[in-house]
Amino acid sequence: MTENTKTPLVEIENVEMRFGGGGGFLSSPQPVVKALNDVSLTIEKGDAFCLVGESGCGKSTLARTVIGLNPPSAGQIKYNGNRIDNLNSRDRQPFTKKMQMIFQNPYASLNPRMTVYQTLEEPLKIHYPAMSRAEIRSKVEEVMLSVGNDPTWGERYPHEFSGGQRQRISIARALMLDPEFIVADEPISALDVSIQAQVLNVMMDAQKERNLTYLFITHDLSVVEHFGSRVAVMYLGRVCELSHTNDLFKTPRHPYTQALLSAIPKIDGSGVNPVKMSGEVPTAMDLPSGCVFHTRCPYAKERCSREIPALQDNGDTKTACFAVEEGRV
Amino acid sequence: MNKLTAFLGSDFTYRFRKDKVAVVSFCIVVFLVLSAVFAPLIAPYDPYDLKSIDIMDSELPPSWNEDEGDERFLLGTDPQGRDMLSTILYGMRISLMIGFFAVLLQALIGVSIGLLSGYVGGRVDAFFMRLADIQLSLSTLMVAIITLAVFQAAFGAALYSELAIFMLVLVIGIAEWPQYARTVRASVLAEKHKEYVDAARVIGMSRSRIMLRHILPNTLSPVLVISTIQVANAIISEAALSFLGLGMPVNKPSLGSLISSGFEFIFSGSWWITVIPSIVLILLILSINMLGDWLRDVLNPKLYKD
Repeated sequence: MTENTKTPLVEIENVEMRFGGGGGFLSSPQPVVKALNDVSLTIEKGDAFCLVGESGCGKSTLARTVIGLNPPSAGQIKYNGNRIDNLNSRDRQPFTKKMQMIFQNPYASLNPRMTVYQTLEEPLKIHYPAMSRAEIRSKVEEVMLSVGNDPTWGERYPHEFSGGQRQRISIARALMLDPEFIVADEPISALDVSIQAQVLNVMMDAQKERNLTYLFITHDLSVVEHFGSRVAVMYLGRVCELSHTNDLFKTPRHPYTQALLSAIPKIDGSGVNPVKMSGEVPTAMDLPSGCVFHTRCPYAKERCSREIPALQDNGDTKTACFAVEEGRV
Repeated sequence: MNKLTAFLGSDFTYRFRKDKVAVVSFCIVVFLVLSAVFAPLIAPYDPYDLKSIDIMDSELPPSWNEDEGDERFLLGTDPQGRDMLSTILYGMRISLMIGFFAVLLQALIGVSIGLLSGYVGGRVDAFFMRLADIQLSLSTLMVAIITLAVFQAAFGAALYSELAIFMLVLVIGIAEWPQYARTVRASVLAEKHKEYVDAARVIGMSRSRIMLRHILPNTLSPVLVISTIQVANAIISEAALSFLGLGMPVNKPSLGSLISSGFEFIFSGSWWITVIPSIVLILLILSINMLGDWLRDVLNPKLYKD
């Protein structure tokens, strides 16, 4: 993808997210879930930044935090150099126009009581109250066409469409305000494989035409290889490896990434040669001390259970691992 | 016209036609409501017109009674000499009016509180739901009896009889809002975590717009169902209050106060004053409830049926 521009668009700095706790009058405290721990990432303009990791590792939480659905418990999020995580909804308005989101489940992300046209015109009515009906109509038609939808679908309701069509409608909704940055939270994982490619292509075309930056969340590594320009691998609320897509697939350095990549079936028939891991993912309510991966890591040493590794440059990629730092991997 | 044909051809209409109980109940309700609305045109006498009432006509049995029946009064007369048919029609008008407006008030209060407390959550939610618990722990009749009795004692019976209809609407309306608030809150809690609400927030919509335009329309079907049941309940409450002498005054009787006024004469053989309005009340409530049950089944097909 485009690598020439290097200006940071979204900066995520030491973001932490905790759920639960509290407990007040007539209610007991809930266990604290540490969903994100000290996550720092920079998404550059023109990136198709992919976030991968297994279920429950905090990918979606990070996406929702970046877009502003859940304010972070600690840390900062900057857009174009401006801090946005602490703004109230009015001050946030100029940024909401620039940042949009595509959701995972196309069956739940469209309001069942509103026609497609009502859904699509709504963002314009809110942000551009001065726009005339004709202008709104032509804009809706233009966006509908650009995502491969028939503009005459407008008068119909979401339940009349298939999953792929609905997902294209929600992509159209995200594009209505001409955003610069789109967070896509597993936009294709609820779709049929044949439709996944179609929706991915719509998203890639939109990126080319509109100069978009994506934060793309997925657990499908082949999609990352096809779509992403940079990748961050997450495990239990921490980023364990960050690199360009090609480097990551060529030379995965972090033991967890190696295990993940080894599980992809090869098309040339060389078979799957997975790194076997023992045990289960620890719960985010009770994180292991030190490196969160040390309970399952084949390279773990005593230091790993004491200190928390920071994300460091190791030549090809950035990893948070003592074994890589010490040259043991 | 287009919309009408679409409605007539819809699944909803089809299922309605298939269900005989629903069709019969609907016909009865429509018949009773229409005859109540057009009471001044249909009724042979005006029971509010004191000049037309003759005390000599009091307690006449229905006209099919061969000994004492009078063909002027189809369903007989009450102790004041009013024509029962006309009085029942006018009484039903009052009962339905109270039922309808009380439910409107309940829905207005209940839906707003339910929506707010479900969507905002936290302390607002805790406050309103505890308030609802308190309200529900006092029965409607208890609240109504206390309020109405205090009002009657404080302002005198004359003012009370003028304002009775407003007071009844107000008391029944306020006493039953938790039904709506709880139902709406439960659906709001289910809806607000759906992704379309997140999508609306990402677009930058204001909270009130999200609540009114996105969440509210998706919570209305249970509201529709409880509304039918609540209309019936409100009419029952009004009838019970009138029966206890705290409802509509004797000169403007509702179905409940008619039943109550006839009760005193039941041992002297004048059964029709109590029995006929009771039959009308039972018919009305039963049909509304049947219609509500049917509506619930249609709007919520997942509910198990045996």
